[in-house]
Parts: sequence; C-alpha cells; structure tokens
Amino acid sequence: MLQLVDLTRRFGDKRAVDRVSLSIGDGEMVGVIGRSGAGKSTLLRLINRLIDPSEGKIVFDGTDVAALRGKDLRAWRARTAMIFQQFNLVNRLDVLTNVMCGRLYDIPAPRVLLKWFTPTERALAIQALDRLGMADVAMNRADALSGGQQQRVAIARALMQRPKIVLADEPIASLDPLNAKLVMDALADINRRDGITVLTNLHTLDTARAYCRRIIGMSAGRVVYDGAPAGLTDHVLRDIYGQNAHETLDERLTSTSLPTAALAALAG
Amino acid sequence: MTAVNPTDDPAYRLFQQRFGALRRSRQTESLLTLAAVVLLFVIAAVWTDFSPEQIANGIPRIGEYFGKLFSIEPKGSAGPVGVLAVPHLFGGVKEPQSIAYWFYRIGTYAALLWQTIEMAILATALGFGAAFALSFPATHTFVGNRAVVFVTRRLLEMMRTIPQVVLAFILVWPFGIGPLAGILAIAVHTTGTLGKLFCELNENADLRPVDGIRSVGGSWLAQIRFAVVPQVLPGFLSYALLRFEINVRSSTIIGFVGAGGIGQELKRVIGFNIYEEVSAIVILILLIVVAIDLISEQIRHRFIGAAA
Repeated sequence: MLQLVDLTRRFGDKRAVDRVSLSIGDGEMVGVIGRSGAGKSTLLRLINRLIDPSEGKIVFDGTDVAALRGKDLRAWRARTAMIFQQFNLVNRLDVLTNVMCGRLYDIPAPRVLLKWFTPTERALAIQALDRLGMADVAMNRADALSGGQQQRVAIARALMQRPKIVLADEPIASLDPLNAKLVMDALADINRRDGITVLTNLHTLDTARAYCRRIIGMSAGRVVYDGAPAGLTDHVLRDIYGQNAHETLDERLTSTSLPTAALAALAG
Repeated sequence: MTAVNPTDDPAYRLFQQRFGALRRSRQTESLLTLAAVVLLFVIAAVWTDFSPEQIANGIPRIGEYFGKLFSIEPKGSAGPVGVLAVPHLFGGVKEPQSIAYWFYRIGTYAALLWQTIEMAILATALGFGAAFALSFPATHTFVGNRAVVFVTRRLLEMMRTIPQVVLAFILVWPFGIGPLAGILAIAVHTTGTLGKLFCELNENADLRPVDGIRSVGGSWLAQIRFAVVPQVLPGFLSYALLRFEINVRSSTIIGFVGAGGIGQELKRVIGFNIYEEVSAIVILILLIVVAIDLISEQIRHRFIGAAA
C-alpha cells in the first residue's frame, strides 16, 4: 500500500505538486492524465525520490519514504522502478549491461568499479529480455535499437530490480502506435502476472481508458479526478484539461492506438 | 516603375528613428574598445622593447645562428665548414663532414631520447589517472556539495598554473637531479590541464542515463561508472593522447633544470658552445616529436566515435 499525504513540491513560487493525497493499493494499475505541466512527471519523480518533496509524506507499508537518506533511500529507489519517456539507457553500453544495471543497488563497490557481473545476474538479465522478446539483441549497443526496442530494454531493466512498484513517466510518448501497444501490453503484463503496482503517466486518454482500471486526473499540481475510466465525463475532462477541452479533445486525434483492423492486417 | 531608394523606405526610417541612437552608441563602443586595445599593445611593446627596428636587425642573425649550428671547424682547417658534405657523407666516425662524425654520440642521444619519451609516458599516465579521479568531484552537475566542487577545482587550477619548469626546479631539491623530478612536475601539470578538460566533457555528458542509474538505486559511484564514464571515456583518451604529444615536448625542455632526459644534455652542449652537437640533438628531437604527433593523431582518430 502506497500512501501520499499532502505531498507538495515547490519550484520557486510555483507548486508543481500541490498537497496531493492518494492511496494506491498493491497490484493496481493506475493511469495519471493531465496537461503538460500539470505535475504528472514531478509526482512520479517524487515517489521514486529522484526529487525531494517540499512537504508531505510518502508512506509505503508503514515507512515514511520521504524521510529516507543514503542507503535506505537507494533501497527504496531499487524497489520502485522507473520507466522514462526518453528511456534513459546508457547508449554506449550493450543491452545486456543496461539490463544488469537494474541490480546495481545490490552490487558492492569493487564490482561496480570493475563493471563485473555474476553469471546469475547475466542469466536473470537474459530471462528478463527474453520475456520482452529482446534476447536476440542482447549484445547490441543500446543506441543501435529503435525507440520501441529501447523502451522494452528499459522495462527489462525495471524487472531486474524485482520492484514492488513500476513508475512509468510517459512511456509511450516517443513511440509509434505499434511500439506503443507493445510497451503498454508489457506494462499490463507485469502488472497482471507479477502483481507489480504500475503507476503510469499518459498523454493519450484512450490509452489510459484501455489499460487502467483507475485514472487520476491532475491539473495545476492538484488531483482533480480519481476514479474509474467510466467516470471521465465531458465535465470532468474540462476540469482536467481546461475550458476548451471539448474543442481540443477529439480522442481520435491524440490516439496512439491502432484500429483493430490494422492490427489484424499487421498480424496476418 | 520608379526605383525606390531602400534608405527612403518608411520601415527603415522608423527603424533609424527608434534604434539609430542605439546603433551609433554601439559603434562608438566598438571604436573605443579598438582604440583601447591598440593603446595597450603600444604600451606593452614599449615596455618589452618590442621594436620593429630590433626585429628587422635581428632577422638576418637567425641565419647566422643556424650557420653556426650546422658548421664545424675540423682540426687543421682554415675556417668553419658545413656539418655535412656530399663527398664525405658516408665516411667513418673520424672523417669530418660525414653523418657518422656529426652524430658520433648517437648512442647517448638515443638512450636519452628514450628516457625523455618514457618520462612523457609515465607523466601522462600518472596525470591521466589523477585527472580522471579528480574530474568527477570537480563537476558541479554530479556533485551537490559546492564546497567539494570548489576545493577540487582550485586544486586543479593550482596544479596547472605553476609553470612546469619552475615546479621541476623545486622538485629537483627533494627528489634529486634526474628524471623523477621531471616526471612529477609534468604529471602535476598534466593533472591540472586534463582535469579541467575532463570537467568540461563531464558537464556536457547526457544526464538522462545518470537519472536512469539513479532511479534503480545506484550509488554515486555506480552513476559515474555506468552512466558517465562510457560517455566521456573516448573524449578523455583523445585528450590524453594530445597531452602526451605536448608532454613529449615538455620533457625535452624540463631537463634544463636538471630533471633528466635529453634536455639535460642539450643544456650541457649549449653551455659548451658545441654547436654541431646542439644541431644534432635539435634535429633528433624534431624528428621524434613529429613522429609521435603523427602516430598519436592516427590513434586519436580511432578513439573518436569508438565505444568505451
């Protein structure tokens, strides 16, 4: 159980995240929607503690995560895997090493310096890659892959962390529709099969509706909606996306999903 | 159709009206700056006796010096003759104007030149290691603690501002005459300059992989080792080779203060006015430096774009 209590982050005078209180159960798949600058990315980065909160608490299984320092903080980061819009792999390293980086929290300093991994770590990395259909490119350099492939490598790295929670920050915003589907399917799969909580920012409403049983809408740093996809009425969407929502929100225009017929054609 | 003078265009007139004064003041500023630079140049020239007259008088004497460098006065000869002459070119060690006569101490020179190159290799390796280690704490994008960045940066600055020859001269006292003092002096300077250059490469490194490693719970060391080093290492190596070329040149000179290598010998023969030996050593140094520059340039081109 992850609980956010009055979580706030200020940048100067601006409250990027403003008194957000949420409770997310184990194994949930939650979509976070909102306009650019609504605080979605900041929220996820706060939870992973890539940035420090200004006020408020992040409580996970009774521990206040917002107060962690040093090794405890790194242990927390290891348990909450992060997926980034720009993948954030190390381009000049091969795919296998990138995936093994998911275990860096557990690896002692001398082995870090020597970049030395055990056969078990290599085997786990191959398993993770294989699950995402990426084992055959294990020895390629990360920057030799397409965006969709890189994002799947990033998911494999996340799996290596054996996380409790996966935080995905716009995981499909840089991808074409087919790769977007592969990546979202992979996230849905680790949520369903491994019971990992998935919290993902999405900029397309239809993706959020299709993959998430619970949707959180943010506007100007605050949570303005928290509920099932069915509850996203025009009125609610105006709260999330602003007054002109009915003009700008043709879901077909922002959609990244492929029509069923096109998918069938690709499969055939 | 009437041709309209562009300067009569209303848009231009409006521009002149609004920004004319600004433009003129900028022009005046530029002219004043130029005048100041010229004035400073003249003052500096007067203080340092940098006179065109002296340069004009000196130029022919450069030839005179080279004439001396490349001439010898064999026993029984009426005056100086060229170091080499075609009929004697391949004569023995005892025959003046032969290659063997000119370079009769080639064995000594070769040993000293090799020592000089070894000095450069060791100094570059030591300097590279230290600069590598110090460049990360000196990069503010990686270190939150400003004091750490400040102290490391000042340390690197100190290391590169002390002239190498002065440092070598100081180090000859505790470490004695010989190559060790020279190696240490060059290594310290190399640390200072490479550290600064490495810092700049670090600052330009992509921070997204760093975020990636941070997000999995990697320590500062892990972030540097896995996210930064693979990005910057090719650049580091390329700079280190460039520095090696510079260090080969430095190590030939550093011997002047007794810090080993060919420089020590060069100083001796200059001191004794043995011109033909000076010329022989200078030619050997030139050849070595050019050869090392060429080889290292080839290697550097390979590093750029290579994986780490």
